[in-house]
Amino acid sequence: MTLFKLAFKNLLGAGIRTWLNVVVLSLSFVVIIWMQGLYKGMNNQAVTSTIDVIYAGGQYWQESYDPYDPLTLQDAHGVLPDELKSLIKKEEATALLIIQGTAYPQGRMMNLLIKGIAPDQKIISIPSHFLDKETKDIPAVIGTRMSESTGLKKGDTVTLRWRDANGTFDARDATIVQVMRTTVQTIDQGQIWVPLERLRELSRMEGEATLVIVDKDIANPSKTEGWEFKSLDFLLQDIKQLVQTKTAGASIFYVILLLLAMLAIFNTQVLSIFRRRKEIGTLMAIGFTRAKVIWLFTIEGAMHAVLAALVAALYGIPFLTWFSKTGWSLPESVDSYGFAIGEKLFPVYSAGLVIGTTVLVLVVTTIVSFIPTRKIAKLKPTDALRGKSS
Amino acid sequence: MNLWKNIILFALIFLITSGPSIQAQTLSGEQILERVDNNYGSDNKIMVATMVIHGRRGSREVTSKTWVKGDDRSFTEYLAPPREKGTKMLKLGDQLWMFSPSTDRTIQISGHMLRQSVMGSDLSYEDMMEDPKLQNMYNAQVISEETYMDRPCWVLELTSLKEDIAYHSRKIWVDKERYVVLKEDRFAKGGKLLKTTEVKKVEQIDDRWVPTHALFKDVLKNGEGTEFRVESMEFNAEIPEYIFTKAALRR
Repeated sequence: MTLFKLAFKNLLGAGIRTWLNVVVLSLSFVVIIWMQGLYKGMNNQAVTSTIDVIYAGGQYWQESYDPYDPLTLQDAHGVLPDELKSLIKKEEATALLIIQGTAYPQGRMMNLLIKGIAPDQKIISIPSHFLDKETKDIPAVIGTRMSESTGLKKGDTVTLRWRDANGTFDARDATIVQVMRTTVQTIDQGQIWVPLERLRELSRMEGEATLVIVDKDIANPSKTEGWEFKSLDFLLQDIKQLVQTKTAGASIFYVILLLLAMLAIFNTQVLSIFRRRKEIGTLMAIGFTRAKVIWLFTIEGAMHAVLAALVAALYGIPFLTWFSKTGWSLPESVDSYGFAIGEKLFPVYSAGLVIGTTVLVLVVTTIVSFIPTRKIAKLKPTDALRGKSS
Repeated sequence: MNLWKNIILFALIFLITSGPSIQAQTLSGEQILERVDNNYGSDNKIMVATMVIHGRRGSREVTSKTWVKGDDRSFTEYLAPPREKGTKMLKLGDQLWMFSPSTDRTIQISGHMLRQSVMGSDLSYEDMMEDPKLQNMYNAQVISEETYMDRPCWVLELTSLKEDIAYHSRKIWVDKERYVVLKEDRFAKGGKLLKTTEVKKVEQIDDRWVPTHALFKDVLKNGEGTEFRVESMEFNAEIPEYIFTKAALRR
């Protein structure tokens, strides 16, 4: 305890030198927590919105379906087995039929995916209820990005062309009944949503689907022949990997920040050991062992981190709290990255993140503070008393 | 003597003017289709043609040489412009490969890629993959007679015989004397007009009447369409077998 008290007094006694180190270190604290929070928020936002609008509790894929291979899409449809039909009947799942087609907005030709969804489904948060309209044309919902790229607006008509199950061309007019705003690009760009039964009838794929989305509460989906269940872990793999890559990239920035702070602390330690040789000699003369003196200096160095944590808390807590509430408005170009974040990014700071960062900085500071003190072990008390280095 | 002259002249005029309509009454839609297919069909042919693609930023010309054997094998090499020169396409049955010299790669065109247009034209790869013999695909019915390009024509309505035909129905204008399709409308299953072809010029090559200048148009798309001009055509030419191999794409 005496050592801690002595170390604390020495630290405060160093005045501006200590506070400069503390401020630099506290900046590292706040910036690391802030950036980690941003990435965590990014991950949370992307995962939550993607689950809400397309993955729900997982998906059953028709065995030929591979979203990364468009060549498989024309064969990726099949009649729903009884197990999946019963899930859909109990409103615990909803079917999607996906076919390739071509749209002709304002006479331009554009390849797209035509997705059929039941208008009354409640499994995913897509405004499918707008499709529940008896119209001569096919009622269709598109996203804002699709609306922007095609120039189509609510009430506009567009000709859609596709090939049915036998390969015969069919073309009908579709009326845009709603333009939906979504952060998730995978349900927006390059696709148009139409009523499932209408699409089945027009494409001659009665009773068929490409994938079935199950409700979030379905615990253990059963195995079904010809259909493969894809869990959320599998479906969210891409997002998680993307965030991990970005987080790893950002860690270079943390390392640079920490290096700068540690350099300052290392310098301070080297300087104070050099300038306080007489003090070290006196301490040894009054009975301090070398180990005790080393401990004293190491604690002094490590206390920079403790003070930095307190200072960081002083301005960091209000700043980070304010930031987590107001969020970070993102530029429009971020939308084209394919990340379902939205217009604002809200950072998420968990207790684990704060404690983890504090412990990391404390450990690194302690190690860096200890390294220069090894010189004390070589000091002779008599030389030290005279202000000489051994 | 004058009377006989008048009778013969009247008989000649009657034969010339009423001849085709007599044929129309006697020939069924299927028979007309058969003659159309026979006129254009050949065991093999070599053709040099130029496509004039009219786009929003102007027109460009693409020249190609095509070797065709039977109904299901063809090989096309693009000769101009320099950007497309050396690009080759091989069709074997229902498969299509394309070689691009800039990437030095051969890729198979399938799935959604078949829907892409050929060199930005109004023709898609799918159109190129079609069976050239109409009688194999369609049931024909003569619905009227019209004059098109100053030629008397039968107007035939074609309805697909099988379910896996790309265009569910077509309407064609067939020259009554030359058995050449002078105009064609292709329809979707729902009845929407998808593509049109208008023949601008017909020439006789080796006793066959061949459309040598035509305009293809995807009617759902804006634009003036794509012109197709036959520069030369040789029927029943000698074509070596190696031409129809994937190895020939890289030669």
